[in-house]
Amino acid sequence: MNNTNAIISVKNLVKKYDDFTAVNGITFDVYENEIFGLLGPNGAGKTTTLEIIETLREKTSGEVLVDGFSVDREASKIKRIIGVQLQAAGYYPNLNLVELMELFSGLYGVNIRPMEMLEKVNLQDKAKAKYKALSGGQKQRFSIATTLINSPKIIFLDEPTTGLDPQARRNLWDLIIDIRNNGTTVVLTTHYMDEAEQLCDRVAFVERGEIIVLDTPDNLIDNLVSSGFERKKEVKKANLEDVFIHLTGKEWREDN
Amino acid sequence: MFLSISPAKNGGKTIKKMSKSYSNTKATLALAKASFRSIMRSPSAVVFTLAFPLIFILVFGFLGGGGVHVDVAVAPGSDLQNPVIKALENISVIRLVKDKDAAEIRTALEKGNYDAVIEVQRNKAGTPAYMANVTYTSASLDKGNILKSVLNNLLFTLNSKDVRPTVAQLNESTVKGRIYRTIDFILPGQLGFSLLSTGVFGTAFVFFSLRQNLVIKRFFATPVSRSSIVFGEGIARIGFALLGAIFIILIGHFFFKFTLIHGVITVLNMLLLALIGLIVFMGFGFVVSGVAKSESTIPPISNIITLPQFLLSGTFFSIDAFPSWLQPISRALPLTYLNDAMRKVAFEGAGLWDVKHQILILVIWGIGIYAVAVKVFKWE
Repeated sequence: MNNTNAIISVKNLVKKYDDFTAVNGITFDVYENEIFGLLGPNGAGKTTTLEIIETLREKTSGEVLVDGFSVDREASKIKRIIGVQLQAAGYYPNLNLVELMELFSGLYGVNIRPMEMLEKVNLQDKAKAKYKALSGGQKQRFSIATTLINSPKIIFLDEPTTGLDPQARRNLWDLIIDIRNNGTTVVLTTHYMDEAEQLCDRVAFVERGEIIVLDTPDNLIDNLVSSGFERKKEVKKANLEDVFIHLTGKEWREDN
Repeated sequence: MFLSISPAKNGGKTIKKMSKSYSNTKATLALAKASFRSIMRSPSAVVFTLAFPLIFILVFGFLGGGGVHVDVAVAPGSDLQNPVIKALENISVIRLVKDKDAAEIRTALEKGNYDAVIEVQRNKAGTPAYMANVTYTSASLDKGNILKSVLNNLLFTLNSKDVRPTVAQLNESTVKGRIYRTIDFILPGQLGFSLLSTGVFGTAFVFFSLRQNLVIKRFFATPVSRSSIVFGEGIARIGFALLGAIFIILIGHFFFKFTLIHGVITVLNMLLLALIGLIVFMGFGFVVSGVAKSESTIPPISNIITLPQFLLSGTFFSIDAFPSWLQPISRALPLTYLNDAMRKVAFEGAGLWDVKHQILILVIWGIGIYAVAVKVFKWE
């Protein structure tokens, strides 16, 4: 990633609720075409930060530019170039996946072929299924498909792999990498460090509404090692998840 | 592995799309279509809008076919070949019950199932030729009185067959009017109730659950405007309710002879009234969706709004039949005016201008309820 052209620029972002400061002066840039990770414990302010950039939440102060548009003045322009996957979002009841796709194409004002969108996330066999009837992994893949409808420049994924089994998780990683390889910038949040290490070009650690460090996963690990850190236990060449995947297979499953 | 579209093609598409302006109409219609599909698949919407009103219409349609009847038992051993019984058989109000034994008749009388028993015997003494003994029951005095006047009239006619009147002669005639069937009263009421429940329950549930399940939040991440969301939902619900109304009117008209004086014009007028009523009732739904704290509090709150109107707005009984202290309450409810206007339009053939008073009150309710809705409605 040599491209350091900032597509998202956040400066001194603050979000206060009555007596609680959720985001306390965050500053960072997201570069074009990278996968950027916001990491941190629950309640650190990741989702709030994301939702302010997505124009879903008002900020208290600071400046946020998305592809040159200000979240204060040009929210509707931003909405047209981003795709958003919310944590635990629901979809319109009683509709099947194709019908939901039609709905979203109307909401974004674009013409798409619903089946093509579903094929992108390998859900073409579930075209007539209701969202509620999908498995966890399928739900997340469908959510990601809805973010791609308007061919966005940036997509935001809030904890896309939480609650998924290892196979579903790895399939989602492949999907996210493919989306990035097609020219889309990806901003995601996660609790899983292995996921961030695998997926993200750069990560920011958020704690109590502040960014405590921001760098590539490699640099962060190297810095820690050079400071003299050693793991208590000798690292083996594989971990238990490798064993699980090896034994149960990585291939696609109907219920993933 | 997943994406088949090449980056170049993807990028080219994006530029082309961005140059097009965003269409709020397209978004509104997409939402209306989605919402309409969803409503059609929702069992509760179909039950409230169509099944309930139709069941009531069926029940009352079959119940109230012929107006008042007096059930008169003929005592066992009574002479059947005489002018009194023959004349009674020709009177449509009287239903004669024969071939029952004395014990059966007695119990039925005590319960009020029969209104009277009549026994006619040939008079052995000669004049008059027949003796008619009638026993009424205190269980059914009003019907007994009807029978009494029928008999008086009948016997007078029989007795004075060949006698010229000496004092005055009664000449009777009847103005030919439209037959006002039970269905003409019940159907507009049921239609009004159908609109009320679709408007209140449907709107309240949809907006509450869309908000609760973050469906609306996901919508807000698209360029769609808030007014498109409200209008899209509104169009779908109105479309569904009006289709339901047409269905109810047609069933009523063709199966139960519901009166539509000016035919299609009357139906169109009724649909316009339905639209006005529905918009007002949807306002209640918006308020309920904003006030409700959880999904389970929606039905009780909605019932507080719909049940009193169901009972007091002349859905089943004319509000003139209510005690005088209750009538002002009835006359304050919006459904009363919708029902009233519907009946005037359907049965009396009134135009919309003739029911402007009722429409005005509905509009006032609408302004009031939407003023509240704007205050309490929540998007998140």
